[in-house]
Amino acid sequence: MSPIVRPKHEDISDKMWDKVDEIIEKYRNFTGGITQALREAQEVVGYLPIPLINYIADRMNISRSDAFGVASFYALFSLKPKGRHLIRVCLGTACYVKGIKDVLTRIHQEYGLEVGDTTEDRRFSLEGVRCLGACGFAPVMVVDGKTYGTVTADKVIEILENYK
Amino acid sequence: MSKVTVQDLKKIKEKYSEFLSFSDKRYIMLCGDTGCRAMGCHEIKHALEQEIEKRGLTDKVAIVETGCNGFCANGPIVVIQPEDIFYQKFSVEDVEEFVECEFVKGERLERLLYKDPVSKKRIANHKEIPFFSKQLMRVRKNRGLIDPENIEHYIARDGYLGCARALFEMSPEDIIEEMKQSGLRGRGGAGFPTYLKWQFAKDAPGDIKYVLCNADEGDPGAFMDRSILEGDPHAVLEGMIIAAKAIGSNRGYIYCRAEYPLAIHRLQIAISQAKEYGLLGDDILGSGFSFNLDIYHGAGAFVCGEETALMMSIEGKRGMPRPRPPFPAHKGLWNKPTILNNVETFANVPQIILKGGKWYSSVGTESSKGTKVFALSGDINNIGLVEVPMGTSLRTLIFDIGGGIPKKRKFKAVQLGGPSGGCVPEQYLDLPVDYEAIVKAGAIMGSGGVVVMDNRTCMVDMARFFLDFCQDESCGKCTPCREGTKRMLEILERITHGEGEMEDIDRLEELAEMIKDTSLCGLGQTAPNPVLSTLRYFRHEYEAHIKEKRCPAKKCVALLKFEVDPEKCKSCGLCYKSCPAGAIEWKKKEPAVINKDKCVKCLTCYDKCRFDAID
Repeated sequence: MSPIVRPKHEDISDKMWDKVDEIIEKYRNFTGGITQALREAQEVVGYLPIPLINYIADRMNISRSDAFGVASFYALFSLKPKGRHLIRVCLGTACYVKGIKDVLTRIHQEYGLEVGDTTEDRRFSLEGVRCLGACGFAPVMVVDGKTYGTVTADKVIEILENYK
Repeated sequence: MSKVTVQDLKKIKEKYSEFLSFSDKRYIMLCGDTGCRAMGCHEIKHALEQEIEKRGLTDKVAIVETGCNGFCANGPIVVIQPEDIFYQKFSVEDVEEFVECEFVKGERLERLLYKDPVSKKRIANHKEIPFFSKQLMRVRKNRGLIDPENIEHYIARDGYLGCARALFEMSPEDIIEEMKQSGLRGRGGAGFPTYLKWQFAKDAPGDIKYVLCNADEGDPGAFMDRSILEGDPHAVLEGMIIAAKAIGSNRGYIYCRAEYPLAIHRLQIAISQAKEYGLLGDDILGSGFSFNLDIYHGAGAFVCGEETALMMSIEGKRGMPRPRPPFPAHKGLWNKPTILNNVETFANVPQIILKGGKWYSSVGTESSKGTKVFALSGDINNIGLVEVPMGTSLRTLIFDIGGGIPKKRKFKAVQLGGPSGGCVPEQYLDLPVDYEAIVKAGAIMGSGGVVVMDNRTCMVDMARFFLDFCQDESCGKCTPCREGTKRMLEILERITHGEGEMEDIDRLEELAEMIKDTSLCGLGQTAPNPVLSTLRYFRHEYEAHIKEKRCPAKKCVALLKFEVDPEKCKSCGLCYKSCPAGAIEWKKKEPAVINKDKCVKCLTCYDKCRFDAID
């Protein structure tokens, strides 16, 4: 059987491949480790290009279709590249009642961005999350890991303009 | 740190006796959970540390970052001990003045104390604030009082003594009997008697058994579990050890959703410290009993909160449920006997074992014993977490503790049980919170999310919202859920766009019954509930959308005209000032006019107008 070779990919550097190999070592002996391995690999690369999923599957001795099945099932995984700044908007009940839909409309108006997409210039990616559990401060938005509370349609662009 | 014995646990408790009574110095207990972090509590902690040091007060004042106090709407929260003074809506700019006031002059900083909305008086003492005074803190007994990253704080407050009793003084049968006495029912939503689930797993044959904790709190509007995981993680670990002894398991997993990074972080610290102290791992407390625990990260799938889907997920597969029987207690994770309990359920166990099942069941109703933590959110003044005895009325919860509806609006309905539950209207405000009573009203207790809605909420739109959620989260395995919820959603979309027909209501009801009866798992079986409950109580709204193409609550964008009624307009200019798109033209003493070409339909003007003047 031929050795498993690292595929060439424009978004994955050698250093990233090294980290991916470490991650695979960590989880290869745990049945059920594929989901954890994909999660950590995504943190390194930023998203999960198909060649990366295949590489991990091959090295963990899992069928490529099973690995793809897991990668395509869970909302956390993205097979599309991400922007420089990740906007996560909470779509939970409390945030909905407090007007998060209007915030999304505003973002679409200003940046032409829909939920699940990245802007042309890879500046922003927009994701809808199904409740961050910070309902005390609805509506809630997280940008690059920083949480913003009580974000309304009239305030959101001011916040986002800080992210270039 | 070497492994502790039961004697050592008691010695640690003695070591912290001054901290427990806050008698050696003054303490600033600062809430450090996710909600308060979003409002800047990290920066506040840093500023406080600098200010205290600058003034040479470090040996007189200590700062402790604690878990959630519960009064989230008024965060960031700071409580001063031993006086139990409650400060709210704290900001970095307040630090200097606050330290000067409290710790130099020995006075209260009045403007940051809680202000009663009716009497307008400032209330300094935590226990006198109605939000807190009407609660009964049992599972949340450590809230605001310990540093969750310090195991010794937990031990000092009777931590791991329940575990000691279970491991040294009780047999598995004794533990299950105590749980039976307590009447504890699963706090994740189904309300299944906890002792019975453990009994089935204990009786199932096999050497390998698993204890799983469902920390996948996916219900939108629910954050009870998050606050326990972030603020008191050891309560969950201790509960799992006791459960493991009861069923004969040596291995467990906590399945925690990826959207809770702080909870995962705190759990990792707790597990590592517990191992260090010999309270987890091999030969716990020298009892000969071993239990090992790991965290499994979720990956953003609501359906993985369903027990069989959760187990599939841990096995590295797509999180799709399977039929039962066989039940997980007989064949669960990797086909071994498994129990899966919710975070709050486990967190109750240590105290039940330490203080007895009878103590636990001394509050509550006939069928629903003990207390429940609820997450109040939506259109309510006091948004946050509350713990009350079962049997408390919705009115007490929403008005006495919750402080009623803001902006002088009216109560319309309350969503209980998240997307699996139902909307309960005004006539049920005196309903006691109890598993069976809520089902009779057309909703379910669920995990404890209580989302309050005022008169500006469109119930048809809310039904559409919940169904949209279920459709999105449906795993796709069974036809009734996958196809059925999609068809129901399409009908609701048409209705909210003014394209509905009266026959649509019959179609919705027929589909709902079929989906409930035939779906493979709880997600599909309960997805139609919000539609059924809104049809039951707010049918007139559906009819207005269909017959009159009108949305009575003025929320459905497709049915709104975006025109100011010049007769109702009082020319206050509020809409003009708040419009983010600059689409409103207004001059003093003249009615406002909306420029439809510029309007982005964000509904801010509808929200701000106090005279209902926009159509």
